[in-house]
Amino acid sequence: MAAAPNTAHRVAYTINGVIRVATVEPGVTLLDLLREEFDLTGTKKGCDHGQCGACTVLMNGHRINSCLVLAVSRSGSVVTTIEGIGTSDGLHPLQEAFVKHDALQCGYCTPGQICSAIGLISEGTAKTRDEIREGMSGNLCRCGAYTGIVDAIEEVMAAVSDAESLP
Amino acid sequence: MKRFTYVRAVSIDQAIESLSVHPDAKLLAGGTNLVDLMKYDVATPTTIIDINDLPLREISETADGGLRIGALVTNSDVAVHPSVARHYPLLASAILAGASAQLRNAATVAGNLMQRTRCSYFYDVLTPCNKRAPGSGCPARPGLNRNHAILGASELCVATHPSDMCVALAAIGATIIVQGPNGLRAIPLADFHRLPGDAPEKDTTLFGNEVILGIELPPVLEHHRYSYLKIRDRLSYAFAIVSAAVWLTIDDEAAISTAQIALGGVAHKPWRNTAAEALLIGRPASRVNFEQFASMLLSGAVALSENDFKIDLARRTVVRALEQAASRTPQSQSDKRIH
Repeated sequence: MAAAPNTAHRVAYTINGVIRVATVEPGVTLLDLLREEFDLTGTKKGCDHGQCGACTVLMNGHRINSCLVLAVSRSGSVVTTIEGIGTSDGLHPLQEAFVKHDALQCGYCTPGQICSAIGLISEGTAKTRDEIREGMSGNLCRCGAYTGIVDAIEEVMAAVSDAESLP
Repeated sequence: MKRFTYVRAVSIDQAIESLSVHPDAKLLAGGTNLVDLMKYDVATPTTIIDINDLPLREISETADGGLRIGALVTNSDVAVHPSVARHYPLLASAILAGASAQLRNAATVAGNLMQRTRCSYFYDVLTPCNKRAPGSGCPARPGLNRNHAILGASELCVATHPSDMCVALAAIGATIIVQGPNGLRAIPLADFHRLPGDAPEKDTTLFGNEVILGIELPPVLEHHRYSYLKIRDRLSYAFAIVSAAVWLTIDDEAAISTAQIALGGVAHKPWRNTAAEALLIGRPASRVNFEQFASMLLSGAVALSENDFKIDLARRTVVRALEQAASRTPQSQSDKRIH
């Protein structure tokens, strides 16, 4: 258990299906690991304090704020970022619905919104529009595209009878 | 963020020993508050002891018919657990009223108990704060104090405890199970958090080398009624200005037989007045009795320069939450209209 002060630590994550390893100082967050070490810049740094949701990723299937996770603490986890959702040939149903419903303007919050919405749908507790709004309250959109975001999620949620069938 | 040494505890004993060796160490669980405090240099531990490998993620029934929830169970997993949802819906409701889904998925039970105040001066290292830097002063008392305490504050500190979960735990009457070098200790929730007094740097009565193992909920209360009513500046994802947790039973003659009521957002700890609660027992669940109770609960309230509105707001919140509980129409945490 002992370690010398400020020692760098070896971490390994399965990110979008690929095992990635890095050596990090203990203060490095999962968000900075993704962006700075692995060049996965789809995950955005908004507030860096767990208040805006722009950094939302799925960790072991659950949506979390990657800015508040120390990378060294959760080594071994399975992480899905926006780069692992949909392809340029085939968008994820939520991505298609976001386009259809104008659920973004500048797009900065969108990767976090999409990851969060996938988490929301797989949790399976939200059924009504009120519940979608409540369940998505951890993702701010300063362009104010909230109505479109709820429309998009509502449409995909209705189409997904089994949450597990979402890619 | 200040640099620190990271160690990973492989056993509870090892975590306790490590805390004893490194008095300024902090335990890392979900990290949603601690990592944030470290980014602001409000928390500057030289050692972080990661306890995520400890076997504290179980929810199980206790011998007396209650429920034990491990320290590392996430807030989300507590809220959706079938036994919690069925037998302690007040706890589930309060948890779902707090933070965001992302934070609840990472934050743990123990971390929720140990989270620090969100007083803006506490968070700003460029200002004095008796809680962060003892003896430096309290700018909140003459300053921006709209969200601060109206009950139990001291000259040195007017901060409030930010948790929703702890308000429900106070009403339910939970017990915190901790372990230190000398063994196990059970701390009633009412004695776990403390009032600021002359030592506002101390949020709890936990010793520096003790580890929280979990919480225990008392035996299931049959035919309970409840409501968690949280009043805040925006519809979701905001700390309470005032909240009320009501845990109630009413007997066959329509008289109150259990009355456990806690207030959040008003003090350095969840606020209860058991003497006032006792006066409700045996009386009809009527608005006039609820109003009388609420007045007693708020009788010692003292407003700061910007928050005198909170006294009447708290009184009304308690009455409304009691009416919601009595009529079996608890506050929804998604449909926020107050009925």
